[in-house]
Amino acid sequence: MRRGKYPFVIGFLIAPVTLYVVFVIYPYIQTFYLATRNWRGVSAQSTPAGMDNFVRLFHDEVFWKAVKHHGILLLVMPLVTIVIALFFAFLLNVGGGTRGGELRGIWGSKVYRVVFFFPQILAVVIIGVIFGRVFSPDDSGLLNGVLGAVGVGPVLFLADPNLALYSIIGVLVWQAVGFYVVLFSAGMASIPKDIYEAALLDGASATSMFFKVTLPLLWDTVQVAWVYLGIAAFDAFAIVQVMSVDQGGPDKATTVLGLEIYRNAITYSQFGYASAMGVALFFLTITFAALTLRVTRRETIEL
Amino acid sequence: MATGVEPRHAATRVERRAEAGAKKSKRSEVSFFNSLAHIALAVWAIVVIAPLVWTVLASFKSNTEIFIGSPFALPKSFGFDAFGRAWSKAHVGRYFLNSVWVVACSTAGTMLLGSMAAYVLARFKFVGNRIIYFMFVTGLAFPVFLALVPLYLVMYNLGLLNTFTGLILVYIAYSLPFTVFFLTAFFKTLPNSVAEAATIDGASHTRTFFSVMVPMAKPGLVSITIFNIIGQWNQYILPVTLMQGAGGDSKYVLTQGIARISTAAGYEADWAALFAALTLSILPMIVVYAFFQRHIQRGLTAGAVK
Repeated sequence: MRRGKYPFVIGFLIAPVTLYVVFVIYPYIQTFYLATRNWRGVSAQSTPAGMDNFVRLFHDEVFWKAVKHHGILLLVMPLVTIVIALFFAFLLNVGGGTRGGELRGIWGSKVYRVVFFFPQILAVVIIGVIFGRVFSPDDSGLLNGVLGAVGVGPVLFLADPNLALYSIIGVLVWQAVGFYVVLFSAGMASIPKDIYEAALLDGASATSMFFKVTLPLLWDTVQVAWVYLGIAAFDAFAIVQVMSVDQGGPDKATTVLGLEIYRNAITYSQFGYASAMGVALFFLTITFAALTLRVTRRETIEL
Repeated sequence: MATGVEPRHAATRVERRAEAGAKKSKRSEVSFFNSLAHIALAVWAIVVIAPLVWTVLASFKSNTEIFIGSPFALPKSFGFDAFGRAWSKAHVGRYFLNSVWVVACSTAGTMLLGSMAAYVLARFKFVGNRIIYFMFVTGLAFPVFLALVPLYLVMYNLGLLNTFTGLILVYIAYSLPFTVFFLTAFFKTLPNSVAEAATIDGASHTRTFFSVMVPMAKPGLVSITIFNIIGQWNQYILPVTLMQGAGGDSKYVLTQGIARISTAAGYEADWAALFAALTLSILPMIVVYAFFQRHIQRGLTAGAVK
C-alpha cells in the first residue's frame, strides 16, 4: 500500500481541487476584499473605499426591503410547506386505517406521491414563467379566468404590492410540497409499525397519533426540512426575476438580495457595492444557521 | 390446561361483543377520515396538475382564445403553428440542445472529478486530507450570490465569459461540494477486502479505483448523477451571469432562453408561442420522470435521508 501513494493521491486531487479553488474558494474570499473597494466597471481602476459601501448599504432603502422580504420568506415559506407536507405524508402513510391488524397507507398513495413530486424536477424559471401567466391580471390568466367566470376579480396577484410577495411564496410552496411529502414519507416509513398499532389499541385518534407518535419521531427530518427551506428562503432569485412585475417590483415589493446583487453587479457594474451586499447576505446566512442550531436542538428519541 | 378453557371462553365472548361495537364506530370514523383525506389529496393533485394542463392547452390556442377567459376550454383546432414559431423563431430547439450539451459535459466531469476526490479523501491517510475535505464541505453552506462578482471577474480575466467551456467548468466546480460530501461518506461504507485483494493481485491504485471501487459504488453514483443532472439542468443564476452580452444569446441554456422568450412574448404579444415553448420544455421532463421516477425521487432526496 505504501508504494506510490502520494503520486496517486496528488494525481486524483489536483484537478478537482484546482477547479474548486479557482472558481469557488477564491471568489468567496475575494468578495470580502472587493466589498471595501470602490470599483465601477471591469476596465476601470478600483480605489480603496473603506467602509463606504457598507455605510451606503445601511442607508439603502432597497437593501432593507430585500432583507425584510427574506424575513417574511423565512417565516412563511418553511412553515406552510412543512405543515402541508406533514399533513399529506401522514395521510399517505397512515391514513388508510388498519386492515388485518396492519396499518396501511391510503389507497392510491403511490400515485399521489408521484404527482406531488413532479414540480420538483421542473426548473424554477419555467415554473416562474408559467405562474407569471397563471397570475395574469386579465382573463388570460388561469386564476383570473376562473374567478372572472364566477364574477370575482380581477385580482392583481403580482401588481398589488401587498399581494405580490405572497403570490410568489405560494408558487414556491407549490413546488416544494411534493419533495417534503416524499422526504417525510421516507421518515415515517422508518417508524416501526408496532408503535402505531400499540397506539391504536389504546384507542388513540388520528390526531393524537400524529402529535404524540409521528411528529416526535420525525423531529430530525423536520429539522432537516427546516434548514433546506431556510436556505431556499435566502435565494428566491430566479423566481422573483422571472415572475415579478419589473424584476422585483412593483416598486421593489418583491425584491431579494440575490436580485439586487445581480442588478448592481451585472447591470450597473458596481462591483464594490454588490460585493458589500454579498457580505451582508453571508452574515444573514450565518446568523440563520446559528439560530437554527440553537432553536431546533431538542432531545431526539432514539429507537 | 383443560380447567382454564371455560372461563377464558366466557371472557372472550363478552370482549368480542364489546369489541364489535367499538369496531363499528371506529370503522365509520375511519371511513369518514378516509374520505376527507381523499378529498384533500385529490385537491392538491389538481392544484399541481392544473397549471401544467392549462399551459399545454394554451399552446394550441390563438391569442383571442387565450384572452377570452375560459382557461380550460379546449382549443378550436390542434394546430402546431405556435410550436413551429417557438422552435424556429424563438430558438427553443437551440436552447434545449445547448442545455443538453452543457449538462452532459458538466455532469460527466462532476462525477469523474468528484468521485476521484471523494475516493482519495475517504480511503487514504495523508497530510492535508482533513483540510481539503473541510474546504469542500464549507462550500455547501454559502449561497452562490456571495461569489457572484469575483466569479464574473475571474471568468472575464480568463476569457471564459460566453463560452460553453467556462460554463461547464463553473458548473463542475459548484457541484463538487455536495458530490464530494456525499460520495466520501459512501466510499467509507464500502468494505476494504475487495480493494485489498485487487492490490495483492497487482492492480495499481488507479486500476483498483476504476475497475473495482467504481462498480461497487454504483448505487451512490447513480443517485448523485441524477441529483447533479437535475440541479445543473435547472441552474439559472450562473448562466444568466456568465452567458450574456453581445453575441451571448446563441449560447443561452434553456432556462435563460425561456426567461428571454417570456420577456419577448410581452412585447410581441405572441402568448401561444410562449406556451408552446413552455410545453416543449416540460414534456421531456414528464417523459424522463415517467421512466425514472423512483430513481429521481431517491436521487433528489439523497442529501436529506441518511
